[in-house]
Amino acid sequence: MAATTVTDATFDEVIGSADEAVIVDFWAEWCGPCKMIAPVLDEIAAEQAGKVKVVKLNVDENQDTARRFDVMSIPTLIVFKDGQPAKKMIGAKGKGALLEDLAEFL
Amino acid sequence: MSDVRDVIIIGSGPAGLTAAIYTARASLDPLVIEGEPSSTSDQPGGQLMLTTEVENFPGFPEGVMGPELMSSMREQALRFGADIRTEKVTKVDLSARPFSVWIGDPEAAEPTYQAKTVIVSTGAQSLMLNLPRENELIGHGLSTCATCDGFFFRDQEIVVVGGGDSAIEEATFLTKFASKVTIVHRRDELRASKIMQDRAFKNDKIEFLWDTTVEEYLFDEGPLGAKLRGLRVHNVKTGEDSELLAGGVFIAIGHRPNTDLFKGQLAMEDNGYLITGAAGTEMESATDVDGVFACGDVQDHTYRQAITAAGSGCMAAIDAERWLEAHDDIDQVRTETTW
Repeated sequence: MAATTVTDATFDEVIGSADEAVIVDFWAEWCGPCKMIAPVLDEIAAEQAGKVKVVKLNVDENQDTARRFDVMSIPTLIVFKDGQPAKKMIGAKGKGALLEDLAEFL
Repeated sequence: MSDVRDVIIIGSGPAGLTAAIYTARASLDPLVIEGEPSSTSDQPGGQLMLTTEVENFPGFPEGVMGPELMSSMREQALRFGADIRTEKVTKVDLSARPFSVWIGDPEAAEPTYQAKTVIVSTGAQSLMLNLPRENELIGHGLSTCATCDGFFFRDQEIVVVGGGDSAIEEATFLTKFASKVTIVHRRDELRASKIMQDRAFKNDKIEFLWDTTVEEYLFDEGPLGAKLRGLRVHNVKTGEDSELLAGGVFIAIGHRPNTDLFKGQLAMEDNGYLITGAAGTEMESATDVDGVFACGDVQDHTYRQAITAAGSGCMAAIDAERWLEAHDDIDQVRTETTW
């Protein structure tokens, strides 16, 4: 399954109801590096289905959630485990490096 | 390992992609190793991926967004059959022909790719201040990308360190969000171009702190890691230190070429930029290794424009094509250069 979208309104429900780890991709239209990692995250979402879930949050439209988790740079990926933030990763990177960072959740 | 290619292009900014368009149109079937995503300018598309509006690239009277321009160049290269791979080169061997390129494990016995010619267009990336805790503060108040991170500093006071075009460009851009932008510069005048200076001096949200160097990052330790709160700065004329508080700090003190891969293999200037136009050749893009060409910011610390990079990419492509013809590797030069 490809990455799905969350908003300020749906965030808590989506994160709270997930059985698997959830990777939240904080992104925006104007962020070049965000666009570079989007297809990589889609691939990870498809290949690791059942182990992790990938959701995207547009920081332009959902500033409350971005502020709540102290996002000061994008792309930022925050992995939530059992509804709680477990790991924060800042900056774009290639698929291999991303999978290494995510190893503990896979 | 696959067959020996005619040409491998390393890097995918305006130089690399222009070289790709030209060599693809000349049926050289170029392999472009575009790099991997990163939040520095060492990424596919290069430095323009971290910019917003490009106002001076000819052909775009209304301007064009940097990432959009790069995605158009990439499309254009693909249209002519360039083989673009999102991989990062970990090692090259330019000591013997065909030249060898490794992806992934640099200790692997067999190279990943081989080619008769190599075009180096790996570009340059932002310099940092090299102060303690710098790396972990990136993304926690410290940034090298105003276009990526400026948004998060709405109504805050921001500091930009630097005095060249990119510093002024970042500062001007940041005034869209920030309540105030202070430019910290170690000298008492800017290196930036006249038009950029005028823009900055006219902007009443921009203030200057002249003759000032950064001594230390000030930060608070928090549950999510350290969070920047400002800088300790030093006035080089008065010798006084002071604290400058800021919600965000952006570093724009210049660039260094991405030439680590080529150390000991290609001739470089003291500052690490590749030397092109080697003696004994009419080929402007030739490095000191026969068959290896360089274009774009990796060999240019003077002009450093998207259009000069693209122009030099075209030159490298034509040089590579002529080189292949001279070595009987292709039957004729296909790029029309006489009109």
